[in-house]
Amino acid sequence: MNLALNDVGLIAWRSIRRTGRQPASVIAPLTFPILLLAINSSGLRAATEIPGFPTDSFVSFFLPFAFIQGALFAAMTAGTDLARDIDTGFLNRLALTPLRGTGLLAGQLGGAMAQTLLQALVYMCIGLGLGVHFATGPAGIVVFLLLALTIGAAWGAIGIWIALRTGSGEAVQSQFPILFFFIIISSMNLPRNLIEADWFRTAATLNPVSYMIEGLRSLIIEGWNAQALGLGFGIAGLTVGFAMALAALELRKQMART
Amino acid sequence: MSRGNSMTVALALARRQMTILLKNPSLFLPPMLFPLMNFMAFAGGLSRLRHVPGFNFPSGYTSFVFVFVLLQSAAFGGVFTGFGIARDFERGFARRLLIASKHRSGIVWGYALASLFRWSTVAVLLTVVGLIAHMQIGGNGIDLFGLYTLAIIVNLTGLLWACGVAMRFRSVQAGPLMQTPIFILLFLSPVYVPLTLLEGWIHGIARLNPITYILTSGRGFISGEPIDVALGFAIALALCGALAVWALRGLRRAEQIV
Repeated sequence: MNLALNDVGLIAWRSIRRTGRQPASVIAPLTFPILLLAINSSGLRAATEIPGFPTDSFVSFFLPFAFIQGALFAAMTAGTDLARDIDTGFLNRLALTPLRGTGLLAGQLGGAMAQTLLQALVYMCIGLGLGVHFATGPAGIVVFLLLALTIGAAWGAIGIWIALRTGSGEAVQSQFPILFFFIIISSMNLPRNLIEADWFRTAATLNPVSYMIEGLRSLIIEGWNAQALGLGFGIAGLTVGFAMALAALELRKQMART
Repeated sequence: MSRGNSMTVALALARRQMTILLKNPSLFLPPMLFPLMNFMAFAGGLSRLRHVPGFNFPSGYTSFVFVFVLLQSAAFGGVFTGFGIARDFERGFARRLLIASKHRSGIVWGYALASLFRWSTVAVLLTVVGLIAHMQIGGNGIDLFGLYTLAIIVNLTGLLWACGVAMRFRSVQAGPLMQTPIFILLFLSPVYVPLTLLEGWIHGIARLNPITYILTSGRGFISGEPIDVALGFAIALALCGALAVWALRGLRRAEQIV
């Protein structure tokens, strides 16, 4: 057990160090969501005047978007790095060691989650600095970070699965528009009940990302909402499980090739 | 390639770029999908903003955001072509091109032609999707000619900016430098609501942002109530002229490495 945990820790630490050595992989995920948060929270402030809008602070409403987008960036980094390991033969060499596949996957996921945590802390500080007030208080901030981490794990698992499935960093990067599409077609800009276009509201309702965003958002503007939190944690957790199961299957194929 | 005049060089290069694009959907599709995704997200997800007091754009919200997305796709069409220029330098093709061309300014115009062809397909697709989405067009044929001419100038401007960067850095790693300033300039304009509805710091910046007046002019065309036409075109042409100098100077720098 201790040995397995040690393996996970080593792989996770390697992943963290490798990300840290690539400034572009750290700076872009930190700055881009903040930039969009600043621009959209000002540019869309007028939306708070729509009757029924749940808060008079658009920055409070929009803050979860930064966490979701940051998690997507972390997933892309984790996926690209793993694909590079496949491309350079590092995974083949690992296959010759006693390291278990689950340890490799958990370690890679741990690296992605560490990046997500760092980003989440930065976004949180900026959000609080911009005057975001949590209706759930300090305990809500802790739960918010936990949910953000779970969501980060979900995106990270998807990135790992894509990397193992394709074995190509370019292929991982080319999935970005598709994954970003899920973020765009969600309730990120307006609550679902205020989305006017029927097709968009339906798409947002079917889109799991909406529930991740709404789970985070509920802690800021609603207070303790068990349903929103249950859906947020549940969908993110299920995504982690499902994507990691798929990744384990792909890893078995990758190992078999060696 | 024969050592012909600038036009020969430009046409041959444009043809090559188009062939590459057609043979590599992964290079062609993302720049096409991004504007469509933005259009869907803005027109579908934010259409209720038309009910915000003070929003009085006569042709409706779909047309309002269509103009932004059209201009955004034009600018980014140029930027994505800039990625191709950088890639050509990394792979050594641009170096051979510089040696083979007698009239090297044709290289810049060749990439510009390729950028225009590339964006034209996006513009057609975007317009068709806009019409399917019941976009109201209040302007007549002359107004629409004005709108698309403005977009062509923006496309050329985006290409010239990215070309200047690519010629100086000669690496795809300069990609963020090509797209980030354009992204910021575009999003610091009245994207979601008219200038009069923006508040705070973003209102001040949008007022000083030259893109605001190009956007206002384009929106005037589509609504059939032209506004700031001379100002919009003057700004677009001035930016284009200045960036032509920037790109040609970049070409001179690149020549020094041959």
